[in-house]
Amino acid sequence: MAFPIEDRQGFAVIALSGEVDLNKSPDARKVILACLKKQKHVMVDLSAVEYIDSSGVASLVEGFQYARSNNLEFGLIGVSDAAMNVLRLARLDKVFLIYDSLDDRLANGS
Amino acid sequence: MQTQAQTQTDMQPVIEVEELVTYYGRQKILDRVSLNVEDGEIMVIMGGSGSGKSTLLRYMLGLHHPDSGCIRLFGKDTSTLGGREWTELRKKIGVSFQGGALFNSMTVGENVCMPLREHTRLDENTIRIMSRMKLEVVNMAGYEHLMPAQLSGGMIKRAALARALVMDPKLLFFDEPSAGLDPVVAADLDKLILRIRDAMQVAIVVVTHELESAFKIADRITVLDRGNILMTGSVDEIRNSDNQRIRNLLTRTSEDVPVDAEQYLQRLTEGAD
Repeated sequence: MAFPIEDRQGFAVIALSGEVDLNKSPDARKVILACLKKQKHVMVDLSAVEYIDSSGVASLVEGFQYARSNNLEFGLIGVSDAAMNVLRLARLDKVFLIYDSLDDRLANGS
Repeated sequence: MQTQAQTQTDMQPVIEVEELVTYYGRQKILDRVSLNVEDGEIMVIMGGSGSGKSTLLRYMLGLHHPDSGCIRLFGKDTSTLGGREWTELRKKIGVSFQGGALFNSMTVGENVCMPLREHTRLDENTIRIMSRMKLEVVNMAGYEHLMPAQLSGGMIKRAALARALVMDPKLLFFDEPSAGLDPVVAADLDKLILRIRDAMQVAIVVVTHELESAFKIADRITVLDRGNILMTGSVDEIRNSDNQRIRNLLTRTSEDVPVDAEQYLQRLTEGAD
């Protein structure tokens, strides 16, 4: 399963969608880490995510950790309610950089 | 407030128990028990000692085959499932046992990681993050290197819950979550159960005899008594029931058991059937 990647305003915007579970999260992890390893700043768009399990969230955590270690920016945009509930359960909403949209990030800075 | 279960009534129940009859030896334990558990619902199964609630749990978990009747989990009749199908189904089910059932020879972290190592091919780094995340959820962050013997009763229950959650189950069973806990820890666990249901879109079955906890967390309650369902209903319906046995359970009144002199004498002199 390929997740679309768009280069916008200096960011690789990766759009996850549907159910990001044990089946899909290894692909999400691969895509996220591949972009970061190309030294790209990454925004993950979660607006079309209907369900994300902890393997999906773990992929985001790995991406965030990699970005921090390599002076890259990593954020989440358009986080759907379903995804936000899972982030809140693990208190990760306090950890990730979360924006309404890429425009919101560009307007408000990192 | 409308529960998730009420908004999803068109969906297939996660659990369907139909006319379940079970025996231990010649003694009937459950007698034509029927109940459904809907997606996203917290169903509390309540009853006194010997009511059959733990037996019902064991049958729902597929640990025994019904003598008659049927149990369907996610629409599948459990008595017809082969080994591989059961394995697949069990990946969707988490169980938090009363005593924790942690492996004493493993650290807390290893206990929590174990289902992921056994059932998935996820990267080891992902597995470690997932297990730590679940320890965070149950407020056990930083305890992953401890052995179960080093934990308090409440911590054992929370670690067991982290392990039950680690595969992101669609159905979660709790056996007596509050038993043996002080009231503050028990109340925290109740809140945690509600947060988990809301965040993880999971159906939860709680077997308990703790009234206060049942009333706090339940969407619906099934009251079992001597192997029969007395009533299934909302918290208010159970609270307002005029069924005398339910009233006795709610007011913690013991019931005088009528004595059949002839049967009693026979039990004493010849033993039970």
